[in-house]
Amino acid sequence: MTMKTLIAAACLAFGLVGPVLAQEGAHSTPEIAKESWSFGGVFGTYDEHQLQRGFQVFRESCSSCHSARLLAFRNLSEPGGPGFTEGQVKALAAEYTIADPLVEGGERPGVAADRWPAPMSEADAKASFGVVPPDFSVIAKARGTTQQFPWWIVNYFTAYQEGGPDYIHALLNGYHEEVPEGFELPEGKYYNDYFPGHAISMPPPLTDGAVDYADAEEGGVNVPETLDQYSRDVAAFLMYVAEPHMVARKETGFRVILFLVLLAGLMFFVKRRLWAGIEH
Amino acid sequence: MADQPTQVQHDGPTPSRRDFIYVASGAVGAVGVALVAWPLIDQLNPDASVKALASIEFDLSGIEEGQTLTIMWRGLPVFVRHRTADNITVAQNTPLTDLKDPEPDSARVKEGHEQWLIMIANCTHLGCIPVGDAGDFGGWFCPCHGSHYDTAGRVRKGPAPKNLVLPPYDFVSDTLVQIG
Amino acid sequence: MSEHSTYTPGNPFSKWLDDRLPIIRFSKEHLLDYPTPKNLNYWWTFGAILVVMLVIQIVTGIILAMHYTPNIAMAFDSVELLRRDVNSGRVLQAAHAVGASMFFVAVYIHIFRGLFFGSYKSPREVLWILGVLLFVLMITTAFMGYVLPWGQMSFWAATVITNIIGAVPFVGESVLQLLRGGFAVGNPTLNRFFSLHYLLPFIIAAVVVLHIWALHVPGNNNPTGVDVKSTRDTVPFHPYITMKDLYAVVLFMIPFAWFVFFAPDILGHPDNYIMANSQVTPAHIVPEWYFLPFYAILRAVDFNILFIDSKLGGVIFFAGAIVVLFFVPWLDRSPVRSGLFRPLFKWFYALFVINFIGLAYLGAAPADGRVLGIDVPTFSKICTAYYFIYFLVILPILPRFETTRPLPASISENVLGKAHA
Repeated sequence: MTMKTLIAAACLAFGLVGPVLAQEGAHSTPEIAKESWSFGGVFGTYDEHQLQRGFQVFRESCSSCHSARLLAFRNLSEPGGPGFTEGQVKALAAEYTIADPLVEGGERPGVAADRWPAPMSEADAKASFGVVPPDFSVIAKARGTTQQFPWWIVNYFTAYQEGGPDYIHALLNGYHEEVPEGFELPEGKYYNDYFPGHAISMPPPLTDGAVDYADAEEGGVNVPETLDQYSRDVAAFLMYVAEPHMVARKETGFRVILFLVLLAGLMFFVKRRLWAGIEH
Repeated sequence: MADQPTQVQHDGPTPSRRDFIYVASGAVGAVGVALVAWPLIDQLNPDASVKALASIEFDLSGIEEGQTLTIMWRGLPVFVRHRTADNITVAQNTPLTDLKDPEPDSARVKEGHEQWLIMIANCTHLGCIPVGDAGDFGGWFCPCHGSHYDTAGRVRKGPAPKNLVLPPYDFVSDTLVQIG
Repeated sequence: MSEHSTYTPGNPFSKWLDDRLPIIRFSKEHLLDYPTPKNLNYWWTFGAILVVMLVIQIVTGIILAMHYTPNIAMAFDSVELLRRDVNSGRVLQAAHAVGASMFFVAVYIHIFRGLFFGSYKSPREVLWILGVLLFVLMITTAFMGYVLPWGQMSFWAATVITNIIGAVPFVGESVLQLLRGGFAVGNPTLNRFFSLHYLLPFIIAAVVVLHIWALHVPGNNNPTGVDVKSTRDTVPFHPYITMKDLYAVVLFMIPFAWFVFFAPDILGHPDNYIMANSQVTPAHIVPEWYFLPFYAILRAVDFNILFIDSKLGGVIFFAGAIVVLFFVPWLDRSPVRSGLFRPLFKWFYALFVINFIGLAYLGAAPADGRVLGIDVPTFSKICTAYYFIYFLVILPILPRFETTRPLPASISENVLGKAHA
């Protein structure tokens, strides 16, 4: 009895990370669906083409207001990412102007080592929008979804880390022209199903056909130019921005765990053999 | 982890099989310790943002003849000197016997780009930054301990033992140079 | 344990050294030959696991400190850049953050093992008290470490927890300012937390030495709770216990590695990836999971008790929940150590474990929510009450009503009995 109790205690205590329950308000938030992501789960890797499309959405739409101060241009050509060539990244960086107090004139064209420049200063953003649009460097890790007990325990065994992209995808698809009855929408705000409190300052940033995807290269597939597709692509890209080395991390993880299982097996036999002659 | 149990009572069926499991575990454990140790040491190496700046490109087109610019490369100041025809002639005509660290001018610049002198700006004596257009030889003068360098950055007088160090660099085009 | 000394220096140098610094003799007695009960079960391996976790935390922590900047403008970015740019930075940072959680998993199992098998009872009171002291030091260190990444949860945890001190009458406000180095949590707070977070693990290591010293004087307790009678009851620490502990350590590393490599953020909160903002509180602030039971106790007191207001009351109960642990050796009056021979105790103990997990669950639930149909504040009060009743009423009174099962004459007899059964 006690052994089992203790095991159960250990398992539960282990799992007991705060199940932050959904915010209860007058207008409840629909549950955010778990989407299927190429990078989900322990075997997941980023889809190069999706990241390239997502980057296009980010660049043409998001980045005119949102900064990504920790994203370096060089990240875009690193292995496990969108797979741009170093030449492409160099050319891309050169299109941007970087403030550099060490050079004459205080600014210079960007190089691959630079980080993504902010579209405007925080003060300007505050003046134009009333709020500072959040930085996108780690936004996909800074947002999440919540599951009721006991579902969040399952997440520990599936290594679910995609709450951020799920939220971003839901948010971008969660705008409503019509405000539900009885909801007071403040001036200059927009109604969104998934935004906490529902009144979001950002107008719907994407619509069907807003971004013109290049035709797929040979062997690739053309994707529809729809809001749903854009939001999936940009959510995937933002996850990549937040975790640029995720693929390498998981690969190392497999080696480490395989090694530990092997060593544990050996240690089991060592222990058993050692104790074989002892009554205990 | 690599501990080898040595004082085991004789209890296994055959010694060889017993030893095998101990040796194998010890070996695997030792490999594990080594594999864990490497990232703990490797994190001391320059990180990705530092490595990304190991090689820089620099556009020479804005530098006028006779002008010297100081740029930063790998955390070190680098002189980029656009030499005058006079500077070049003086440097080329200096007999090697006059030099403390003999090097012809051609070894100090790239062929076809003799007007560009690119050197790490730290005095080879103790690392101060020499002052330009100064000293007895029309080149640089280090105010710390009085070393004089000529128009090819070669040491001519004073305690410095070597000529100013040249960084590895190449001309990508006539006006674009890649350092590092 | 000088009576067990079997060391004879093998050569003139060891003899010379032994006369001056008997370090080889000491190591042999305490690391190799130390007699350990042969019937220890796997719950006893968590001591070794904890030592390994402490080493992992110190090593990864020293490395993290090489890349971290304790300044409110740069701390957040320095942690993220460490993850992104430093070689193996993502894994080293994750190992430290997940390591804290795994450290607490191990320490809770270690504590609950002691509570079940009566490891706190005479003559091991000092050993237990040092253990509770280690737990307090761990809580303090973990809390300060959580502030360092300077995310939203870091900042608001620092604000809320330091405010606890402010509840102390008369001096609270002054002590609060002293602690924060300002009128609110800010740069001075971050700097001193960094300094202390670096210092405390070494103090923990020192107390661990005392803890092990206090263990080696009476020797280990064991699942029967019966004292060691003869050398037949024990095995030498090395290789028997060392190899068994190593096996357990390797097993423990598997879930640890799982989280580090596949879900490094699942034990944390997304809000901590938002840089600290003193003007916006996150919608739900929840402490790290290992503080949840005590946080639930803090929150459960929402009523004034005589002249004590609810805030101070919460703090008294919160502190009391830990302070009571120091007195457990004298609160439990049963002469029988091991819960295995106490038929009634078993049930109260099991309920205590479930209650503790329940407190953790309640600590994470929103204050206006409901759990199992009962509203959270009421449920929290019930669980808090049982937590204290267990220590203050059940442990002292239960022995009067309990008929314990007969104890084996010795460990060997118990072991043989098991083998023949």
